[in-house]
Amino acid sequence: MDSGLILEWVIKSVILVMVLLTGFAYLTWYERKILSRMQIRIGPNRAGIFGLLQPIADAVKLIFKEELIPDQAEKILFILAPIVTVVPAVVITATVPWGPDIMVFGRTIHMYIANIDVGVLYVTAIASIAVYGIVLAGWSSNNKYAMLGGLRSTAQMVSYELALGLSFVAVILLAGSMNMMQIVEAQKNVWFAVLQPTGAVVFLIATLAELNRAPFDMPEAEQELTAGYHVEYSGMKFALFFMAEYTKMIAISAISATIFFGGYREFWFLKDTFLSVDKIALLGPIYMFLKIIVLLFGMIWARATLPRIRYDRLMSFGWKAMLPLSLAVVLVSAFGIALAAINPLYIWFIPIVSIFLGFLTIGLVDRSLRRKVYAAG
Amino acid sequence: MAQIEEVTLDGMTHLVSNRALEGETMLLNMGPQHPSTHGVLRLLLELDGETVLNAIPDIGFLHTGIEKNMEAKTYQKAEVMTDRMDYMNTVGNNLAYCLAVEKLVGLDVPVRAQALRVVLAELKRISSHLVWLGTSALDLAAMSDFMYTFREREMILGILEMVSGQRMMTTYIRPGGVWRDVPVEFEAAVRDLLKIMPRRIDEYESLLTKNPLFIDRTAGIGKISAEDAVNWGLTGATLRGSGVNYDIRKFAPYSGYEQYDFEVPLRTEGDVRARYLVRIAEMRQSVRIVQQAMDKMPMGPVRSNNRKFVPPPRSEIGTSMEALIHHFKLWTEGFNAPRGFVYSAVESPRGEQGVYLESDGGPKPFRVHFRNPSFDNLQVLPVMAKGFLVADLVAIIGSVDIVLGDIDR
Repeated sequence: MDSGLILEWVIKSVILVMVLLTGFAYLTWYERKILSRMQIRIGPNRAGIFGLLQPIADAVKLIFKEELIPDQAEKILFILAPIVTVVPAVVITATVPWGPDIMVFGRTIHMYIANIDVGVLYVTAIASIAVYGIVLAGWSSNNKYAMLGGLRSTAQMVSYELALGLSFVAVILLAGSMNMMQIVEAQKNVWFAVLQPTGAVVFLIATLAELNRAPFDMPEAEQELTAGYHVEYSGMKFALFFMAEYTKMIAISAISATIFFGGYREFWFLKDTFLSVDKIALLGPIYMFLKIIVLLFGMIWARATLPRIRYDRLMSFGWKAMLPLSLAVVLVSAFGIALAAINPLYIWFIPIVSIFLGFLTIGLVDRSLRRKVYAAG
Repeated sequence: MAQIEEVTLDGMTHLVSNRALEGETMLLNMGPQHPSTHGVLRLLLELDGETVLNAIPDIGFLHTGIEKNMEAKTYQKAEVMTDRMDYMNTVGNNLAYCLAVEKLVGLDVPVRAQALRVVLAELKRISSHLVWLGTSALDLAAMSDFMYTFREREMILGILEMVSGQRMMTTYIRPGGVWRDVPVEFEAAVRDLLKIMPRRIDEYESLLTKNPLFIDRTAGIGKISAEDAVNWGLTGATLRGSGVNYDIRKFAPYSGYEQYDFEVPLRTEGDVRARYLVRIAEMRQSVRIVQQAMDKMPMGPVRSNNRKFVPPPRSEIGTSMEALIHHFKLWTEGFNAPRGFVYSAVESPRGEQGVYLESDGGPKPFRVHFRNPSFDNLQVLPVMAKGFLVADLVAIIGSVDIVLGDIDR
């Protein structure tokens, strides 16, 4: 190990953290702009051109705000909770590859922080830690609303985490590896979202729950619990929760792009053209960026459209619909891979059967709702 | 360190169960500053986990003493206060009050004024339902509908401003007719609204009615049976959602509602969804009524010619001594109403908006009392909410459609 390697890691980490934190600030701007356009409003347009300085104005405001700590709060945990929430959100992206290797000053630079063989496991492990921050924040605030928010987030985590993990398993089976780099390279010809569309949908729904984003934003449910777990937080500590949520949105979008949408690889129809990442390695981060933007748009769109689900309904949805479906998805993937060993064309068994299973689940959920509801008038 | 004053529950022990006092269940104050209590309603919730065991409404944070204040004003001037009660249905309040005054003194209202009253009252009903739709969808976190509904509400407020000079507190309807005739742009503005409204209602519905998450949040929630609904004195969409056909516009028509062809939407399920569907259908019916009223709009005077109760037009004051005297008398002393009492009611967007007026023969009412639908509808909240979750409670409050200004008055 030479000293250059350490320098390389430090520089790469600093760049990644900077990108994530600036990205977080501009994601708030992006969300507000999209929401306002969807809702026939204009959105931020006062600070700078197109309101581009709005995130900076917000940050300055939050930094100068008074930090209140409730008298009856558990002070150490109260201060610790935002940190526990924000750190996993930043470090989760460490295993995400942003592009193929490039040469700088005669040195091969890998476009990832760490290329560990259990990259997917690392992601699942880190993703689950953030919920501790929310629970601790809810409990240490000594506020009943915050407490309810914290409790909700535990209930939520238990119910979506399994489906999330199992949709990872389908990808691991398809790629034959847990290494993020190899998962990306395995999608050279066809994205896993095409091979396993139901798995991708389950994953995207589960990530919404993971992120506490609408329609699964029960822990902070503004209309019910005022602000849920962060009701007692102000100033920079509140900003940290915000930062955690939005950084995690970027991180999870990057992970979804990596494991289902070809990662830094070009779109499949650009394969072997001059726009391929094999020709120009620097296109890798650009493709990643595009994919992340589209996935983020989907999350924001869901927020603008959908009502919030009730937390007991999310649990029953997680256990009764998502978990069986993701188990079936794993099973179908395994069968498909076994069949593909006979004839490579049989790999298309996976998308056909899993789409059928997906519609079956939708039909069953729909029927269980119909049982409740009378003909809509 | 400053001592924190211990808040005791002694004053409320009779309201909550013993389990709450022992700390086995949780007492939670919801409101008066809570985003989903629609104003300054305070609810004392007794929760087991998130299940609502009891919800005790605490009202009075917006008390303004309107009823008592009206006793100190002449009949004409007191009307201005009615706008401030149910601020979502200002025209309807004016109408209810004016009908009561007209009944008390025996005034006739010209047909054109009646038609204008119907048009404006129905427009205000649409506008009130739009606010309800937007906010109650927002309570379920379906945030976009709020912006769409307020876009159309803005058009209606524009029409009200056009006729009265005020967007909300119009006081356009006066005893004996309306303030003055509508401007020429009025018809085009209303027709514009009528043209887009049915499609816009479809648009709101497309986001909600068949949305599985919305169905999940509304169907079977906050059920109230027809019998209970009648016993608790519910009115309006909250009652009709339980399948009781009671609409004052049909039951005891006023202002010529009997001439218009409209249906009273009914649902029998009595849950949040039924109330939602009833109100959506009511908006469509209101559009129909406005359409008919505009088509049939008669020409002629817009206020009664009885100079003892209705001030003369401005043009006469310059030329007629008698008109000047009437004007002076009416705006200083007011008119004397005969001894007696009347009750008149209109169908407000929330239910039966009743006015009780008692006169001792003088120019000021002896007693004014309002039968406000929000007040009666709110009482049933503990019954509806029992056994549901906090998230449902928010949906239920939204579906009952309360206006705190109406409750506390």
